[in-house]
Amino acid sequence: MSGGVDSSVSVKLLLDKGYDVSGATMHLYTNDDIGAAKTKTCCSLNDTEDARYVAMKLGIEFYVFNFAADFKKYVIDHFVNSYLRGFTPNPCIECNKHLKFDRFLQRSRELGFEDIATGHYVTKEFDEKSGRWLLKRSPDRKKDQSYVLYALTQDQLAHTHFPVGEMTKDSIRSIAEENELINANKPDSQDICFIPDGDYAKFIINSSKEPEHGEIVLTDGTKIGEHIGLINYTVGQRKGIGVSYFEPLYVVRKETDNNRLVLGTKDEIFSSTLIADDVNFIPFDKLTEPLECTAQTRYHQKDSECIVTPLPGGKVRVDFKEPHKAISKGQAVVFYDGEYVLGGGTII
Amino acid sequence: MEKRFVYADNAATTRISKAALDAAMPYLTEQFGNASAVYSLGRKSREAILKARQQAAKALGAEVYEIYFTSGGTEADNWAINACAQLGEAKNKKHIITSSIEHYAVLESCKALERQGFEFTYLPVSDDGFVSVSDLEAAIREDTCLVSIMAANNEIGTIQPIADIGKLCRKKSVLFHTDAVQAMGNIAIDVNEMNIDLLSVSGHKIHAPKGVGCLYCSKSIDLPSFIKGGHQERGKRAGTENTAFIAAFGEAMEQASKGISERAAFVKGLRDRLIKGLDGIEKMDINGSLDNRLPGNVNLSFYGIEGEGLIIVLDMQGICVSSGAACASGSLEPSHVLLALGKSETQAQGSVRITLNEENTEEDVDCISQKLKEAVEHLRSVSPLWDNG
Repeated sequence: MSGGVDSSVSVKLLLDKGYDVSGATMHLYTNDDIGAAKTKTCCSLNDTEDARYVAMKLGIEFYVFNFAADFKKYVIDHFVNSYLRGFTPNPCIECNKHLKFDRFLQRSRELGFEDIATGHYVTKEFDEKSGRWLLKRSPDRKKDQSYVLYALTQDQLAHTHFPVGEMTKDSIRSIAEENELINANKPDSQDICFIPDGDYAKFIINSSKEPEHGEIVLTDGTKIGEHIGLINYTVGQRKGIGVSYFEPLYVVRKETDNNRLVLGTKDEIFSSTLIADDVNFIPFDKLTEPLECTAQTRYHQKDSECIVTPLPGGKVRVDFKEPHKAISKGQAVVFYDGEYVLGGGTII
Repeated sequence: MEKRFVYADNAATTRISKAALDAAMPYLTEQFGNASAVYSLGRKSREAILKARQQAAKALGAEVYEIYFTSGGTEADNWAINACAQLGEAKNKKHIITSSIEHYAVLESCKALERQGFEFTYLPVSDDGFVSVSDLEAAIREDTCLVSIMAANNEIGTIQPIADIGKLCRKKSVLFHTDAVQAMGNIAIDVNEMNIDLLSVSGHKIHAPKGVGCLYCSKSIDLPSFIKGGHQERGKRAGTENTAFIAAFGEAMEQASKGISERAAFVKGLRDRLIKGLDGIEKMDINGSLDNRLPGNVNLSFYGIEGEGLIIVLDMQGICVSSGAACASGSLEPSHVLLALGKSETQAQGSVRITLNEENTEEDVDCISQKLKEAVEHLRSVSPLWDNG
């Protein structure tokens, strides 16, 4: 239970179905971990308190699992290091992989619980033919969270419920209101939980060191300016780069080896191919031959047609039918067959 | 077997005693007068406070004018440290010595003073949990204004050599404060014999209600006021007195200072029975020395298991124990106390603290050892850290 309305209503729905439910919140970071002053109210503690109120209201047991050490190791440090290496990581995916569906599930099992449930907007179904669990998008594409869940294993899928996966936010909120849950009208969480102000660059600078300035060049190597540290830019970015040129320029890539920011024209930020590592597939274990499907390279992006080809070492190559805009290393590429999530991996 | 409820977290808080409750009740009901009032209803309240002050003073070997009632141990610690810092600063002495295993009430007060320009020495402890007096002697400087060392540790129960520390501090003319929140009722305390200048006690650790405690401050010190307002607590801690809880606290202090050795012998017997009952659990560490330790404290680490999971499993069995590093939102960091003993982060995260008192029984400890064995076995059977092969 995050303290948000989705997981809270999930509890209510499971109770209505007759499940024996207990609630738990993951304690993921301290103010020290995120560089916030100790005197400042920790939003994470308030969220825990909200979850506690909901648990009390619904009459269930409630626990806090402290995974701050692992969160720092697997999520915060990974986020900072990836950014420093010029990648654009997605910490929610890492958190799901290492915390929510690993430590949390493991801890729940230790305590004798069979399954866990989350407030994600996805659904699952069992495929009798293959004997595998399948993951599906939420019917509400705007809310769909399947992108951050592609790494789920069969064991994790089998033991996870998504009670609100097919619902709309409005109906979830009205259930919360009917049950007088404290967070019925709480705004949806935005951005990355451990960077509440959304200023990634500042967070990374605070967690490491002041980034070095370097050259801004065009794809042909022509120097056209100076950047204030690569972490301040994202691939595909156009505004706020601070160079003037006769046509709009976009960030094509960040070269961490020589600390160069490479800009190009609109055409140059499109590419039709990418390589992904740490690949997971859901309807089958391994990809043995090229697969025609669609893919998303960012959260809440329209999926595009592509062919996924297995490479040695568990990697895959993805070839898009149409050139694809601003593919960023570190983000996930997630494969779909209609509403079904086929799997995904990390773009390298 | 019927589920047995066992409370074994007496270092966190204790059950209020009948004597303390009886002492409080009149002032929660008919005797509601303000202790500052002139009429007889008020005077009754004032008398209750006077009596409690006598009881508290006697329990510590102090005089009544040396007892200041507070909201508890944390307030007393904050007051003592800030007061001594203020007195030190006036003499241009801005160095304070404390230990690395103090309670957060002390450590956080120190951190705040550090930000105001005070210098701190955090004395290390031996791997079995003791501050060394010679380390302290070496750390005392010309500009040292305060030494604050706890009488007994809240996580591992080790009893610090406060009489020796007091002697040294007196010789060096440095003020000595001790947080005796855990020690009270477990060891005999005499502030004069032990050369203690300031001392903190909490009510709810000795069978009084939560929200009351006291600071002892030697009459030789011109204690700065902590809360401004009326004349209560000789103008140093203003605000209408919590008569009922102060009355309960006085009673609890009297009880705590009586029969210490008999109580300690009984509780230590339970502790030894518990430890014996855990025989056969592999890779289990008892953290901190078993000698010079609060009689009811057992602090254990189990390889391959996190304390947090173990505590919840035990809770499901009706047993209340805690991890060393407890906090409002569950345990936050690996215990700073266990880290100070040189334990690894994993060990420090895997600790469980069982604190018995005279209300526990042999049946209780047998139940704890049995359930603990089962829980450890179960958790190890599902632990990825434990070799189940």
